[in-house]
Amino acid sequence: MADLRTNLAGIKSPNPFWLASAPPTNSGYQIMKAFDAGWGGAVWKTLGVPVVNVSSRYGSVNYRDKRMVGFNNIELITDRPLKDNLREISEVKKRFPEHAVIASLMVETREEWHSIIRDVENAGADGIELNFGCPHGMCERGMGSAVGQEPKVLQTIVGWVKEVAKVPVITKLTPNISDITRPARAARAGGSDAISLINTIQSIVGVDIDQFVPYPIVDGQSTNGGYCGPAVKPIALNMVKNCAQHPEVGIPISGIGGVENWRDAVEFILLGATTVQVCTAVMHFGFGIIREILPGIERYMDEKGFKTIEDFRGKALPNIKHWEDLNLKYKVTASINESKCIGCQLCYTACEDGAHQAIALSNDPANRIPTIIDENCVGCNLCSLVCPVEDCITMERRDDAKQHLTWAERTAAGNIPKTFNDELAGGLHHWVPEPGEALAKKKPRHYKG
Amino acid sequence: MAEYKRPSTEAEFAANFSPKKPLMSDTEAYYESSRCLYCYDAPCINACPTGIDIPTFIRQINNDNKDGAAKTIYESNWFGHACGNVCPTEELCEGACVYNNSDVKPIEIGRLQAHATDKVIRSKKKLFITGKPTGKKVAVIGAGPAGVSCACELRMLGHSVDIFEARAKASGLCVHGVAPYKLTNEEAVDEIAYLQEQFGFNIHYNKPVNGRAELDKLEKDYDAIFIGIGLGATSALGIPGENKKGVMGALEFVEVLRNKHQATAVGNAVIVLGGGNTAMDAASESCRMGAESVIIAYRRGPEEMGAYSFEFDLAKKSGSKALFNVTPVEIMGNGSVTGVKFIRNKTAYGKIEAIPGSEFVEPCDMVLLGTGQGKQVELLEQISGVKLDQKGRILDNRGRIVVNEHYQTSNPKYFAAGDAVNGGVEVVNAAAEAKKAAHGIDQYLKK
Repeated sequence: MADLRTNLAGIKSPNPFWLASAPPTNSGYQIMKAFDAGWGGAVWKTLGVPVVNVSSRYGSVNYRDKRMVGFNNIELITDRPLKDNLREISEVKKRFPEHAVIASLMVETREEWHSIIRDVENAGADGIELNFGCPHGMCERGMGSAVGQEPKVLQTIVGWVKEVAKVPVITKLTPNISDITRPARAARAGGSDAISLINTIQSIVGVDIDQFVPYPIVDGQSTNGGYCGPAVKPIALNMVKNCAQHPEVGIPISGIGGVENWRDAVEFILLGATTVQVCTAVMHFGFGIIREILPGIERYMDEKGFKTIEDFRGKALPNIKHWEDLNLKYKVTASINESKCIGCQLCYTACEDGAHQAIALSNDPANRIPTIIDENCVGCNLCSLVCPVEDCITMERRDDAKQHLTWAERTAAGNIPKTFNDELAGGLHHWVPEPGEALAKKKPRHYKG
Repeated sequence: MAEYKRPSTEAEFAANFSPKKPLMSDTEAYYESSRCLYCYDAPCINACPTGIDIPTFIRQINNDNKDGAAKTIYESNWFGHACGNVCPTEELCEGACVYNNSDVKPIEIGRLQAHATDKVIRSKKKLFITGKPTGKKVAVIGAGPAGVSCACELRMLGHSVDIFEARAKASGLCVHGVAPYKLTNEEAVDEIAYLQEQFGFNIHYNKPVNGRAELDKLEKDYDAIFIGIGLGATSALGIPGENKKGVMGALEFVEVLRNKHQATAVGNAVIVLGGGNTAMDAASESCRMGAESVIIAYRRGPEEMGAYSFEFDLAKKSGSKALFNVTPVEIMGNGSVTGVKFIRNKTAYGKIEAIPGSEFVEPCDMVLLGTGQGKQVELLEQISGVKLDQKGRILDNRGRIVVNEHYQTSNPKYFAAGDAVNGGVEVVNAAAEAKKAAHGIDQYLKK
């Protein structure tokens, strides 16, 4: 039976699923409810300098009928009094001593940092998360992502924190930076015990095309917000991987960004995260999603024979290489399972217009099953990605699996193309139709022009 | 036992005849349009007689451009709203949806179409600009799907159009012959009003064209004439007792029902003779009017019925029963109908043969003849140079029933399309043919 207990730099929790510092952790009421539902930890909505919020705070990106595949906010840190939050932290810890309560903090001066750290430790917080990530509102005041974007400043502040902190310190990083490992290394250098990433990405989620103003609209105007939700997961995964692989980072990671189900969590853990933090999915579906997440990851671990999270943490990292180290001799081509094909021909039009013209249609209009032109197929996967039927188009290995040659190896051997029309270049021998053939091609009868 | 209680109020009637394809809300349309895969060379388009670019209009609905969706629909089919409701989509676009191949419910194309067209009809938004006036005048006989479709297309081409309609309402079978749970009179009439407002053709109501003299006048006043007169009354069976009280054509029954609603007289025991779609409609409607027993009687087996299987299913679900392999030989009764005498048939080498001595009487108090409509031969015979075949179908100059690809008759000034030519198919076929006929007329007028 899977043991989900985790220990992130000394912060223990019954499972790796924490609520991220955000609206769902605004109060002791919400966090108690979440722990009762099964969540393992919660990062309290950031405590710190006093703020005032605007009304109209969130914006959403919908994809067709799917709501909130992306989400942004212009809400600031907590606007509740510090003393109320401290009292509630104590109450939650009293009722849930085994669960992780982490206080997210954002203040300005060294004195303020020292004072607020003592306060939250006295209240019973198991750890501290430094909010160096918020990309709106606070950064204009020299906090949040303004710190996260300046590794030297970040390192200094982490140093101040470590002067007094008795509980583990997590530094939360902003993704609004070109190389995430720079602030991550600065956090380590400053003495941070762990990092968490990513905070939200600066964004405009959409523009009201009638009022000519982006969302969310505040009295006819708007500002950039912080982007999160399922759409940011790929960016978060890559940044977690970058930190996990970098030898100079080397501290535990709490992964954040678009986690909504057990599979997302497993992916973050496979790339090196010890815990994951969730916000948007809870804002969308409530704390109840933990009912799907916990049995999901347990089943996965049992099936794979993983007894603890540590058994598979970072397990995908050795398989992530630089492009130049990938095997150029590996060859796949697409294969269409005719018995599953429903004849939508999305693969055809995707390959024809968007890729390598490697799919053909039958001359018989009654036969709508396309065929792969093997010699044109470069194995790009596009057809298998657009196919709406599970396992209908599969990518089949065509090389003999005995050869291995990378760009790096070719470079070392002096076997790489050097001029624009070099015979050694990749696309040179690929078949491409003549431009004029495009106009001679038979069009579906409803295509105009 | 009938499923439906006999309606006595408009509300009860409306409940019994609730729409088969109710209008979609914005939310439902959004969700349903999200499911469309946007197939390449989509089978739904190819299954539509008018070739509506269905994936595009669905994508337009999904992307909040419902005017654009309606325009895409109307560009191909001037009866877009009626067709969204009355088309046998199960057999056409929705039947061709690739989702059927993976046992996923096909996209509800008909309802999405009606959703988009309903929006523009209600908003009265003009989507089309009529063509530059050519000075040519075309007379259209009949304001049904063929006539009105032809008129719209002719206006797009810049010709002026006068439609002569025998009845008080336009839209042909859409108001007179379609089951009320498919399309209401208001919906049908509103679409015509919307088109008329946009295209500016004239409709002269209660103006049947009768006799040689009237045709002469039309020929004198107009540069071309389009015949969109559809079919005539239900054909007689030719068996004794057909004139008894309680016997009527299924189509005529539908027409009364559409106008009189719950006041329509419907017997307790109804026998519907025939195996076509109109017979199925009449049976479903009799059930909904509270008849205690409704029997569809057909000469051959169920697999040979002309009706779509979904129409037969609907009739059965409404409470109808069916008698197969029986031929009516006499309508029984003394003044009023009391039953139908049938003889049983067997089928040998594709032909039906009566089984001697197998006669039986099925009691009833109403008989509806769903045995097909006759042709409007009286008018057609008056047109000089227009040839008809023995069944009254219009022939082209080579003696073919299909007129020709321009829907021009053997009298070059006359064009024809719709039921009068195809013998009675769907509204969508009339719309498709009439559009082509308009282009035939355009070419003729340019000569």
